[in-house]
Amino acid sequence: MIKHLLSGADLDAETATLILDTAAEMATLAGREVKKLPTLRGRTVVNLFYEDSTRTRISFEAAAKRLSADVINFSAKGSSVSKGESLKDTALTLQAMGADAVVIRHPASGAPHRLANWIDGSVVNAGDGTHEHPTQALLDAYTMRSRLGRLAGLHVAVVGDVLHSRVARSNVLLLSTLGAKVTLVGPPTLIPVDIATALAPGVQVSYDLDAVLPTADVVMMLRVQRERMADSYFPSAREYARRYGLDAPRMRRLAEHAIVMHPGPMNRGMEIAAEVADSPRSTIVEQVANGVSVRMAVLYLLLGGRGAGAAQ
Amino acid sequence: MAYPQAAQPAVASPPPAKVILTSADLHRVVDRIAHQILEKTQGADRTVLLGIPTRGVPLARRLADRIRTFEGVEVPVGVLDITLYRDDLRLRATRAVGHTEVPSGGIDGQRVVLVDDVLFSGRTVRAALDALSDLGRPSSVQLAVLVDRGHRELPIRADYVGKNIPTSLTESVKVTLAESDGADEVKLIGGAAQ
Repeated sequence: MIKHLLSGADLDAETATLILDTAAEMATLAGREVKKLPTLRGRTVVNLFYEDSTRTRISFEAAAKRLSADVINFSAKGSSVSKGESLKDTALTLQAMGADAVVIRHPASGAPHRLANWIDGSVVNAGDGTHEHPTQALLDAYTMRSRLGRLAGLHVAVVGDVLHSRVARSNVLLLSTLGAKVTLVGPPTLIPVDIATALAPGVQVSYDLDAVLPTADVVMMLRVQRERMADSYFPSAREYARRYGLDAPRMRRLAEHAIVMHPGPMNRGMEIAAEVADSPRSTIVEQVANGVSVRMAVLYLLLGGRGAGAAQ
Repeated sequence: MAYPQAAQPAVASPPPAKVILTSADLHRVVDRIAHQILEKTQGADRTVLLGIPTRGVPLARRLADRIRTFEGVEVPVGVLDITLYRDDLRLRATRAVGHTEVPSGGIDGQRVVLVDDVLFSGRTVRAALDALSDLGRPSSVQLAVLVDRGHRELPIRADYVGKNIPTSLTESVKVTLAESDGADEVKLIGGAAQ
């Protein structure tokens, strides 16, 4: 098993499938009276969040607690980071406290990779800048597999702000490894040149959402990340919603079995219409529930065995 | 690594193996345990068999099958994976998690019979008892094993034993079953040659 989970590319098909299968077992816990396992008793997991997050932080916290690990939550606000402490000094502090795993979210792409060189424990990337978010890709793959029964051969349309989306990058890498066919859809300004060939072979790019919808098994809508946009990438929110938003008429063009996903948080009325988000095709709430199971699987597989950390 | 060994043409002979139970013996033993369960539980009423993977699972199914044949009683069979409850997780590489399947009636108020192939240190059973208490509250828990090889490290004993085999710690007991390995047999491997 790998020591860190930094990128969707860290996982080969076998490891990714092991994580999804383990997550399926973890999911059975939700139906039990005692929703807790003693597996990671005495291990410490630090949630190191330099960026705001609702879902991911709570999800990791719930996952670690269900495995009986001790959880320390750290958010940059209200910590010594606001006094100017560097990532490295913070990392060494965590190291001294004996963190077995650090779950990090950071606005700078590559921060988890740097962190992995400084500390002995496992590092899990919970989103770094516009780079990657591998556990989101895993929970998306898990959701697709549990709804549609398979991943190999699925056609997945990833729609919207690909340029700023770490979710898109990790999903393209992981889904390609697992045999799904990915088409990136969005305005040319939000799809980096050469991204298809740079990420994984076989990835398609389209600027026309309506042309892609009829053949898609999965439509994954991405949030338009206005906080990361310094320039105007499209003329107006209304024009974006017209051309790339998933509304009810567009949803009707989907195949009968097709599902609609969104990593959250949603801009209702922008990339996704409220009636689509609340329709039975939408897996948005399921994705959150599956996130806990998938993160339990990741924490178990990284920390459950002998010295994934310093001992090796 | 391979070079020093390759210099010697004759590879060390495999450790001596002694057959303890043949296929016919094994069937008789399963029949007897099924009868004993029926006797001790007054007809296997409100009883659930839970097999511990890997080989406890086919054994539990066989016991339920024999009980059905003998008295026409349908005993629910489940699977209890104990990976996440082991006390030696930190001593080895990460283990894959198996599938746990509790019969639809649950285990609350039921008499649970845990089924495993070999009883050795007792640590597997300890983990199984912990796992059970997270799944519900059985009225009582019993243990059925095909082979008891001794060397207990915990105060645990079996209620139904197929065969007691005194062993030394250098020996190992190898159980193969038709469902998982193609043939029924129990062998004692290693130790001093007879």
